[in-house]
Amino acid sequence: MNRYTWVGGLAALLVTAQALADEAPGRRVFSQWCEACHGVGEDRPGTLGLRAKYSGKLPALLEERKDLTPNEVKYYVRHGVAMMAPFRKTEITDADLDLLARYLAHSK
Amino acid sequence: MKIAPGVSDVNFAQALKQFESVVGKEWLFTSDEDVALYKDAYSPFYGEAEERLASAAVAPADVEQVQAIMRVANEHRIPIYPISTGRNLGYGGSAPVYSGSVVLDLKRMNRILEIDERKANCLVEPGVSYFDLYRHIRANKLKVWIDCPDPGWGSLIGNALEHGNGYTMAPYRDHFGAHCGMEVVLANGDLVRTGMGAMPGAMTWQQFKYGYGPYLDGLFSQSNFGVVTKMGFWLMPEPEVFRWGTVLAFGYDDLFAMIDELSYLESAKVMTATTRVESPLLFGAFKGPPPATDLVTLRATPGGASRESLEEYAKRTGTAYWSVILRFYGSDKLTAAQWEYARERFAKRIPDAKFVDGDVRHFPLSDREANELLDKAPLGIPSLEAFSMGGRTPTNPTPSLGHIWFSPIIPMTGEAVQECDRVFRAAFAEWGVNPLGLPLPQLYHERTFFQIYGFPITHDSETNRRNRDTFKRMIKLAAEHGWGEYRTAPAFMDACADTYSFNNHAQRRLHETLKDAMDPNGILAAGRYGIWPSHLRSKQS
Repeated sequence: MNRYTWVGGLAALLVTAQALADEAPGRRVFSQWCEACHGVGEDRPGTLGLRAKYSGKLPALLEERKDLTPNEVKYYVRHGVAMMAPFRKTEITDADLDLLARYLAHSK
Repeated sequence: MKIAPGVSDVNFAQALKQFESVVGKEWLFTSDEDVALYKDAYSPFYGEAEERLASAAVAPADVEQVQAIMRVANEHRIPIYPISTGRNLGYGGSAPVYSGSVVLDLKRMNRILEIDERKANCLVEPGVSYFDLYRHIRANKLKVWIDCPDPGWGSLIGNALEHGNGYTMAPYRDHFGAHCGMEVVLANGDLVRTGMGAMPGAMTWQQFKYGYGPYLDGLFSQSNFGVVTKMGFWLMPEPEVFRWGTVLAFGYDDLFAMIDELSYLESAKVMTATTRVESPLLFGAFKGPPPATDLVTLRATPGGASRESLEEYAKRTGTAYWSVILRFYGSDKLTAAQWEYARERFAKRIPDAKFVDGDVRHFPLSDREANELLDKAPLGIPSLEAFSMGGRTPTNPTPSLGHIWFSPIIPMTGEAVQECDRVFRAAFAEWGVNPLGLPLPQLYHERTFFQIYGFPITHDSETNRRNRDTFKRMIKLAAEHGWGEYRTAPAFMDACADTYSFNNHAQRRLHETLKDAMDPNGILAAGRYGIWPSHLRSKQS
């Protein structure tokens, strides 16, 4: 293993460790603010709406998406879409939004 | 940034500086990007000059900070608009009624101060949502229920002050009626506690509503006389059993007896849950399968299907002309007896009525059961299911952007339902409009029906203008028949207030007398529910 491979491997480990560390608090934010609409269940309007929108091309559940970027998550939280109103900073702080964005971008 | 007319740039800047010293830099919002978050997401003025916009927002952490903010606002004559969770969607959201106001965002005041399982009551701050309180109760395995409105992210305090409603038993489902005791910051920054809270060290603030002397609490609902910073609520002791059943009737005239019996059972406290009269024959069940093809054909009869043909279809196919779900809370024996008694009463008046037993649920539910349950609200479980209405589905590829609602209060009689339907149906035909709607009445409060009509929010100004015009015409038409709106969005607050005009608007004049006495600088929530401070009154007339 040359030096660069070692550094690259360490970086990958750090990224993975960071992702795991982010997941629990990010999941907490999701659970607090998003799950009632975007969770599992036939009474979750966000999930039902995305199911109809993507017709199986993408998962209806945000937590199963692999294509979301942190910036996309932040955009929709702060701007809203369709019936979803934006969330204020007294609801989801910028710090919590960072956690949420990383969590959804890392969700597999 | 849209500063309110009459407020100088210098005064505004000084006030912001002082607000910042009260709450800290993090909790004063002045950038366009941050202030945009306080727009009404369901504004019927979307993108128009009349859209109600904040100039800034300030978010206190406690009552002392609220008092300090009110003193600063008085000093500089800055209009202030309090919100609790800011989720009053369809009724203004987090935007002020008067553009240029600074929004007083109380979301950070989100403490559950007290919850007493034995006395079944709680004391909360404005930022506490139904979800928050529900999660707290479940986490601590308390044997009490909340009563929640359709969206669970609303504030207990905000919804009660708006006269919002829920779905369990009376009195809990009347959210203002189920409150007990308030703490209020007045416009001048003074602090008042109502009811027993006026007595230092009182042991019964959340148990006895009236305290001593005039009952003041009503002054702080649908008004602009103070900022409510704490409020007590009665909670429902968890029942052992929830049982429901459906009454079906097949003749048009059965509507009258059905509503009479419903009214009796409600007033006699036999069945006290929220429900609605439905017509599977005319409109389909609220949440049900699509109608049969021959029924669709019958409904589409040119000139309308005759009453006789509809009744014949109802009786031949077993499709109910009218239906109503009854919900009972208590023990197995008690709820079985209530359902049996209700069936007896309906059967006496409607001999060919049919009865369908619903589920019987036993409590407590596991977390999984509660989470997976559909139609959660009658069990006091908050959700956001209501936002499915108008949402994207395979048959509705263009989701709604939100709704506003016109909900006149009508008498709880078949005659009133019939007359309301006749009047609005004729008006819609004449005006060439077709509002959304739950075509039959909803029983939220104990003695009246809400007749609910909805309008979709769009981003098309012309459509929004037409909908606003129709909404205002409906307000007037309803008032001509003695039906009044119970709650409305900022766009219609003046129009609705105009209809409560007994004795040359004596109620408005009294409100204005109170406003001038309690908020002489007119800084607090100008225009809310049609109550304007003196310096803005002439501009509204």
